[in-house]
Amino acid sequence: MLKISNVETFYGKIQALRGVDLDVNDGEIVSLIGSNGAGKSTLLMTISGVNKAKRGNIVFNGENIENKDPHKIVDMGICQVPEGRRIFSRLTVEENLRLGAHANEKGKHFENDIKEVYDLFPVLSNRKTQRGGTLSGGEQQMLAIGRALMSKPKVLLLDEPSLGIAPKLVNQIFVSIKNINKEKNVTIFLVEQNAKKALELADRAYVLVNGKVTIKGPGQELLKNKDIQAAYLEGGAKN
Amino acid sequence: MEKKDIIQSFKDSLFTGLIALALFGPIVGLKTVSKGEGLFITPQWGVVFLLVGLCILGRFLININSARRTEFKIFSTLSSKFSSITEDKAKHFAITGILFAVAFPFLPFTDRYFMDVAIMILTYIMLGWGLNIVVGLAGLLDLGYVAFYAVGAYSYALIATTFGWSFWICLPLAGLFAAFFGILLGFPVLRLRGDYLAIVTLGFGEIIRIILINWYEVTNGPDGITGIPRPSFFGLPFKRSPDEGETSFHLFFNLEYSTMHRIIFLYYLILVLALITNYFTLKIRKLPVGRAWEALREDEIACKSLGVNPTNTKLTAFAIGAMFGGFAGSFFATRQAFISPESFTFIESAIIVAIVVLGGMGSQTGVVLASIFLIGITEMFRDLEQYRMIAFGGAMVLIMVFKPKGILANRKPTILMHEDKK
Repeated sequence: MLKISNVETFYGKIQALRGVDLDVNDGEIVSLIGSNGAGKSTLLMTISGVNKAKRGNIVFNGENIENKDPHKIVDMGICQVPEGRRIFSRLTVEENLRLGAHANEKGKHFENDIKEVYDLFPVLSNRKTQRGGTLSGGEQQMLAIGRALMSKPKVLLLDEPSLGIAPKLVNQIFVSIKNINKEKNVTIFLVEQNAKKALELADRAYVLVNGKVTIKGPGQELLKNKDIQAAYLEGGAKN
Repeated sequence: MEKKDIIQSFKDSLFTGLIALALFGPIVGLKTVSKGEGLFITPQWGVVFLLVGLCILGRFLININSARRTEFKIFSTLSSKFSSITEDKAKHFAITGILFAVAFPFLPFTDRYFMDVAIMILTYIMLGWGLNIVVGLAGLLDLGYVAFYAVGAYSYALIATTFGWSFWICLPLAGLFAAFFGILLGFPVLRLRGDYLAIVTLGFGEIIRIILINWYEVTNGPDGITGIPRPSFFGLPFKRSPDEGETSFHLFFNLEYSTMHRIIFLYYLILVLALITNYFTLKIRKLPVGRAWEALREDEIACKSLGVNPTNTKLTAFAIGAMFGGFAGSFFATRQAFISPESFTFIESAIIVAIVVLGGMGSQTGVVLASIFLIGITEMFRDLEQYRMIAFGGAMVLIMVFKPKGILANRKPTILMHEDKK
């Protein structure tokens, strides 16, 4: 469905991605783990078209998208929940959701879609007239995911949904991600530093080190991998 | 209050006094008087010390007041008066305001001078509302808004004097020209934000003014354009003795001739234009494009990741903001019957930006209050001549002290769905 081959992305002269190859199949949850500065967010921004790949191809449903504008890519069905949530803090919850529907035929099915989001995250419906900036971190993350869902994506790109959120809410958000995948048939590409959670959830996973994919395989298999345990999972060395 | 605090605020006040001395010393203290052959400097140290003393005292009072809220009733009551102006009350204010504005020309105390000031305030309100689209909603700081005002005024003047078309044909054309210039400015600044954008728009404003001065063949340079047709009341001119085969306004309605007829008509014209601007802004905020403007102001990357096209969004904001600037410019041209580049200097842009910022970015009612406050105060102190700019500055300082986020800082949500059903 989404095939990334040999992608290289630069910030000025600094190379952030050094030939990344990975693919995401229809209906899967694919996780990408890696340490700070490995290039995880850059890869997501490159898929979304916010950063442009200097070399390599990104093919989505048989169409090359590496040179398309970000809004065209969203129209095609790839939507990103950016790192740090990036809620429109002075706009209300409902206005935030409406903006997510921007790509979806300019909000035609708005009423229906927004109900689905509220069913998924009931806490948002209690807060619909509240400003985005007044929500807690976890609620903001739910809003960010809900906002992205409003564009009816085929693939949802999630950048560190657990960042700066209370552990209890992290569990809830990961359950929601699974629901989105299973019930709404949205393919998930998840980037995470919380390697354990990300690998448990994933059908398949990749490890990104210094802008290159070093390890790949089914999520459960990677959980047992000694190198990964040592590098990314707590207490890995003891096993 | 502790002794330490008093000493601290006293020190701070003395420092303020030093700054005031540095400023007022040369500006007020050294007065140049022309005597026969040349200019002579007459010192006025008394006035300087009075002003410096006032600054020290004022600063000291503010310091003490912030340390101990209860000590000075005036400050706290003023402060609470200011903060009691909220968006909820703004609606009542808006309705009373519009009713008052409609009745204003027929109130007993209204004379020619009041009407002129009211027309000026309304022009600034319209400009403020136009700029509010660009600055308040889309968050693009435009310091060259006067350029579109100028383009509108000159387009109107040139079309009207060359082709002799009526106001109602020239007005939309002038608006279109201004919108075109808005897009023209929009393209090069698409990648810029914040300070950089402000500097480029500032430059754009100056470029337009300098073109107006130097393109003598078309704009008549610094001499300006004269004889711009006055607006007519849907074909009925405001003339004492109409031309052959024409009926003028006072004859048609069987009134005694008065120059006030034209003034009142101009007043209602700008009132309607301003209200159209306001209505349009309130409506477009609820449409996808208006919502995209506000989202763009909040976070550009989030916008991109959600499929909002930033290029189109910014260009529409520039174009529509510029269009309303152009409308206001046309009005200005037809009211003055004479325009020259001198009317479109940077200070005009600065005043309009000040109105938008002091009103509270994005607040429509705030723009009205700020216009009345700023333009009204400078008019009230007109007798003080050059010192009235001090009143202008003082008004800004007052607003920033009591309402640091602008008079109406709270943004009103555009959708309140399902709320009534519960």
